[in-house]
Amino acid sequence: MQTATRGPNLAQQAKDRVGTSAPRIDGVPKVLGSFAYGSDLWTEGMLFGATVRSPHPSARIRSIDTSAALALEGVRSVLTAQDLPAKRTYGLEFADQPVLAWDVVRYAGEPVAIVAADHPEQARLAAAAVRVDYQPLPAVTDMEAALRPDAPQVSELGNVLRHVHIVHGDPAAQADVWVEGYYEVGMQDQAPLGPEAGLAIPAADGGVDLYVSTQWLHVDRAQIAPCLGLPEEKVRLYCAGVGGAFGSREDLHMQIHACLLALATGRPVKMSYGREESFYGHVHRHPARIWARTGARRDGTLVNAQVRLVIDGGAYTSSSPAVILNASTFAAGPYEVPNALIDGTAVYTNNPPCGAMRGFGAVQVCFAYEGQMDKLAAALGMDPVELRVRNALHTGSVLPTGQVIRGSAPVREVIERCAALPMPPEVPPDDRDPVTLPGGAGNVGRGEHVRRGVGFALGYKNIAYSEGFDDSCEAEVRLERGARGPLATIHTAAVEVGQGLHTVLAQIARTELGVEDVVVVQPDTRVGSAGSTSASRQTVMAGGAVAAACATIRERLLERGAARAAETGTRWEGGLRLAEGRVLAGEAPVGEIAEFLDPPLEAREVFRHRQTTPLDEHGQGDPHVMFAFGAQRAVVEVDEDLGLARVVQLAAVQDVGRAMNPRGVEGQIEGGSAQGLGLALFEEVRLREGRIENASFTDYLVPTILDMPPVVSDVVEEPEPGAPFGAKGVGEGATIVATAAIVAALRNATGRELNRVPVTPDDLVGLVPPRTTGGPPPVPDVPGPRPVYEYRHHT
Amino acid sequence: MEVLRPSSLREALEMRAAHPEALPIAGGTDVMVELNFGRRRPETILDVSRLPELQVIRREGGTIFLGAGVPYTWIMRELPDQVALAQASRTVGSPQIRNRGTVGGNLGTASPAGDALPVLAAYEAEVLLASVTGTRRLSWRDFLRGPKRNALAPDELIVGVEWNVPQGPGSFSKIGTRNAMVIAIASVCLQVDETTRGLRVALGSVGPTILRAPEAEAFGAGVLDEAGAWADPRATVPQDAVMRFGELTAAAARPIDDVRGTAAYRRHGCAVLASRALTWALADRRAVAG
Ligand SMILES: Cc1cc2nc3c(=O)[nH]c(=O)nc-3n(C[C@H](O)[C@H](O)[C@H](O)COP(=O)(O)OP(=O)(O)OC[C@H]3O[C@@H](n4cnc5c(N)ncnc54)[C@H](O)[C@@H]3O)c2cc1C
Repeated sequence: MQTATRGPNLAQQAKDRVGTSAPRIDGVPKVLGSFAYGSDLWTEGMLFGATVRSPHPSARIRSIDTSAALALEGVRSVLTAQDLPAKRTYGLEFADQPVLAWDVVRYAGEPVAIVAADHPEQARLAAAAVRVDYQPLPAVTDMEAALRPDAPQVSELGNVLRHVHIVHGDPAAQADVWVEGYYEVGMQDQAPLGPEAGLAIPAADGGVDLYVSTQWLHVDRAQIAPCLGLPEEKVRLYCAGVGGAFGSREDLHMQIHACLLALATGRPVKMSYGREESFYGHVHRHPARIWARTGARRDGTLVNAQVRLVIDGGAYTSSSPAVILNASTFAAGPYEVPNALIDGTAVYTNNPPCGAMRGFGAVQVCFAYEGQMDKLAAALGMDPVELRVRNALHTGSVLPTGQVIRGSAPVREVIERCAALPMPPEVPPDDRDPVTLPGGAGNVGRGEHVRRGVGFALGYKNIAYSEGFDDSCEAEVRLERGARGPLATIHTAAVEVGQGLHTVLAQIARTELGVEDVVVVQPDTRVGSAGSTSASRQTVMAGGAVAAACATIRERLLERGAARAAETGTRWEGGLRLAEGRVLAGEAPVGEIAEFLDPPLEAREVFRHRQTTPLDEHGQGDPHVMFAFGAQRAVVEVDEDLGLARVVQLAAVQDVGRAMNPRGVEGQIEGGSAQGLGLALFEEVRLREGRIENASFTDYLVPTILDMPPVVSDVVEEPEPGAPFGAKGVGEGATIVATAAIVAALRNATGRELNRVPVTPDDLVGLVPPRTTGGPPPVPDVPGPRPVYEYRHHT
Repeated sequence: MEVLRPSSLREALEMRAAHPEALPIAGGTDVMVELNFGRRRPETILDVSRLPELQVIRREGGTIFLGAGVPYTWIMRELPDQVALAQASRTVGSPQIRNRGTVGGNLGTASPAGDALPVLAAYEAEVLLASVTGTRRLSWRDFLRGPKRNALAPDELIVGVEWNVPQGPGSFSKIGTRNAMVIAIASVCLQVDETTRGLRVALGSVGPTILRAPEAEAFGAGVLDEAGAWADPRATVPQDAVMRFGELTAAAARPIDDVRGTAAYRRHGCAVLASRALTWALADRRAVAG
C-alpha cells in the first residue's frame, strides 16, 4: 500500500501519529464532566417535548382526545398523526414505521402523540393527559408463533420480513459424526449511558436546524425531510455529543418529533428521553432461535453445516433485512465447511422493534456455532482449540455464499495467540476476600463449591456495508497557517460515538501531513455523507477519506515546494517530501510547511470500498467487503450451590489489520467484552406479552466493575489490502465472541448444557432444564432472496 | 414544591405536625427515584438530613442506638463489631448510595428488599419514633407492616433503632444476579445469641416483608444443644443437621416469581445461604474458643 511505504518516514517525526496511543481528543472534557452530550443542549426560549406511547402491543386507535392536554398550563402544541404534514412513515431500509401511529399500534411503546410545553414537567403532564381510546387486538409476541398461518398479521405484507436461503456444495453430504444443538438468545439492549436527545430550532428560511445525538446524520436527514415536507437542504443536522450508541441511534428516535413540534410552534424544541423511555425509544438486539446440525469427519474436518435460524424483528422493519443477512451468512462460523444449508428468517411480531446492535447478527450465530464446535470436540474427543485451528478460514477460503476471502484472514494465528495468553493465577477460593468470589459484594460464600471453568470461542464479522450497497464517506481537509505552525482542520460527517474515531482521524492527518496541530470539526450535514458510525466501518471509511484528502493536499504542497525550489535554483536528487514540519527536496530543505500555505490548501475526497454483490436465490454472491476475526478465552468461577458466576479473566486476540491507536483498540476490546459478558450473564429486555418489564437500570442489569474481569489482550496485525493503513474496524469483534466464550466456560465449570443466553442462576443450578424445541419451523413460502417488501410492496 | 429544612429534631417535629403531608427526605436515595419516576408528587418535602439527633451512634451498657440519619458508610466504619449490620451495609448499592442512604430511609421505605431490615429483625431491634406529643418504641415486627408499609404516623419521624448487642457470631448474605449494585433476590441474616442459646434467622426479598424462620431457629438451637455445642463450641454439629437447618429456613420463605428471580430459586437460595451462615457461625465460635 502506498501509505505504508510513505507513512513511517514521516511517522518518526510527528507526535501522536498513526500507530501510537495518542490521547483521546475528547478524553479530558469527558473525564472532567464538561463534555456536552445531547441531553445538555440548551437554547434561549426553548420548549420541551414529550411523547405519548402506546401501552398495548397491538390495538386499534378508536380516538384521540387532546383537549385536556391542550388546556394545561404551558402547553404549546399537541400533535397526532392527523397533523402530520407530509410523508407519514420512515425507516432505515423500508419506510414502514409511522411517525405517529394512526388506526393501529403494533408494539407497546409506539409513539401516538407528541406535545411541547414550556417546562419538561408540563410536557410530561400533558402527555399523560392525552386520552387515547384503544381497542386491544390480538397480538403475536412469539417469533415462531408469528410464522404459523393463523397468526395475527403484524404487517400487511405478512409476518415474514426476509428469508435468506444459502445452499453450498452438497447439503446431503455425509459425515462420520454429527452433533445437534438448539440455541436461544434473549433480547439485549444497547443501554447507552446517554439517552436519546436532541434540539430542533426552526429557521428563518422555513427549514429546521437539528442538533442530535445520532450515528448517521445524512440517513437521518433523508428520513426526516420527507416527513416534514421539506427539501433536504432545509433540514440541517449537527451532531450533538453522543453518549454511546452501539447501534441504538441508527434508527430515528426523537428527530422527526422535535422538528414537527418546532415547526408547529415556531420555537426551539428539545426532547430528551429519560432512562425508561430510552428502552422504548430505540431498537434492541434481535432475540434468536437457532437449530444447528454439524457434521465432521472423524479427524475433525468439518463436512456439513445445517442451520435454521429465526430472529424476532419486532413490529417494524428497521435493519432486520441486513441483520438476517449477516446472521445467515456467518451461521457456519469462521470455518471452512464445504457443504452447507442455511435458512434464516426474520419475522415481524408485536414486540418492540429490533435492529442494529454491536455485532449485528454475528453475535447470535456465534453463540450457536461455537456451542456446536464444543459439542463436536467432545464427540470426537478432540481439544476444542485444535478443532478450531484445523477448520479455520484463511485467505483463499470459500464461504457458504461462495464468496472467496481475498483479504487478510490470519485466523489460525488469532486462535493460537489467544490460547497461548497467560492463564490467571489460581488463588484458592477459601483464602480470598468474599468480594472476589461469585456473588461479589453480596457476601454469599467463603469459597464453598466454587468451580472453575475455561471456555474458548472464535468469531468473525464483516466490516462496512454489504450486498452491493454503495458505501462511501466524504472528508474535507484544510491546511493553513495556525498560531503555532501549520494547522489541519478535518471536516466530515463521521460521528464520534465514544469509540475514539476523531482521535484516529487526527492521527491520520498528522501522519499524512507531518503536522502537529489538528482540529476535528463536529460532524454536520454541511459536508457529504460519511455513512454510519457502525459496522466497524468508520476507521476504514472516514479514515480512508481523510487520508485521501490529506494525500491531495500533500501533493499540492509538494507542487508549491517544487516551484519554490525551482525559483531558488535548489538542486536535488529523488522526490520532494515532508519531514519535521518542512518541505524537503531530496535532503535539501526548501522551507517550513507553514510558508507554503498562502493561500491555505483545501481538499475534499470521497472514499469507497470495493464493490460487493447481493446474494442470488441460492444465497450465492460476494456480499461482504472484508472480515475481522477474534478469539477469546474465558475463565470463570461458578458457585455451584447458588448458580452465581464470576468471570475471572478474559483473554482476547483480535485481528485488526493495523492498530491505528493501540490503546483505543484495547478500549474497544474491553468495552466490547463487557457488553458480551452482559449478554452471557444478565442483560435481557424481559417481555411479557410484548411489554417491557424491566425498563430501568434497576432491573436491566449491565456489568459493574465487580463483574468485569481483567482483560488480557493482544492484536494480530496483518494489513487488509485496500484499507487505509491496512486497518480493519475493531468495534465489534470482542462483543461477538465474549458471550460464546463465557458460556463455554460456564458449561465447562458446571457440566450443564446452557443453551440460552443470558444464563440465569436457575440454569446454573439446574432448577431450569435446557430449552427444548419441537424442531425448527418450516421454511416459509415467501419470495426471496431480497426482503419480502421488495416483492409485495406497491406504492 | 416547598422544602422545609429544620436544623433540630424539635423543629422538625413541629414542622411535621404542621405539615403532615410533607414527605421526609434523608439521603434521598429512595425519595429521589420516586420523584424522578413521577410516582410521588409531594407538595412539601421535609429534609431530615441535618438533624444532629439523627446522626449519632450511642453505645449504652449492652445496647446500641443507631440514629436514623446515619449513612451506611458510617455504619461500616463505626460498627464493624456488629458484623451482620456492617456486612449488610456493605451490600447496599454503590459507594455513592452508601454515602447517602440511611437505615432510617430503609425503614421508611419498608421494602422487603431493604438490606438493613433482616439484620434489624435478627437483632430484635426496636424502632424509636417521635412526634411533638411524645415518643414511641415499636419492635421491628410491629413497625414493618407489609410490602412498603410501616407503622409511621403522619406526625412522626423515625429517630433511630436500638438493640441489645448480641453475644455471638452473625452474618448477612445477599444474592443478586450481578456482583454488586443489585436489589436482593434473597437475603439471609443469621445471628447467634449465646446468652439465650438461641439462633435468629431473618429473610429478605422472599416475602411481602421481612420474615423470621422460627422453626429453623428452634431446630438449629436444638441441634447445637444435642451436640453439646452451646457449652463446647468445638463439639461437632452433624452436617446433615446444618443442611436441614437450611431447608427449614427456606420453608419459611414466601417468595414469588418476578422479573428479578423465580420463587423456586429464591427458596433454594435461602436454604444455601442459611446452611452456609450456620457453618460460618459454628466455625467462628470454634475459632473464638481456640
Ligand atoms: C442506585 C441505588 C441502589 C440501591 N441499592 C440498595 C441496596 O442494595 N439495598 C437496599 O436496601 N437499598 C438500596 N437502595 C435503596 C435506598 O438506598 C435505601 O433504601 C436507603 O436505605 C434509603 O435511605 P435514604 O436515607 O436515602 O432514604 P430517603 O430516600 O431519604 O427516604 C426513604 C423513605 O424513608 C422516609 N424517611 C427517611 N428518613 C425518615 C425519618 N427519619 N423519619 C421518617 N421517615 C423517613 C422517607 O420519607 C421515604 O419514604 C438503592 C437505591 C439506589 C438509588
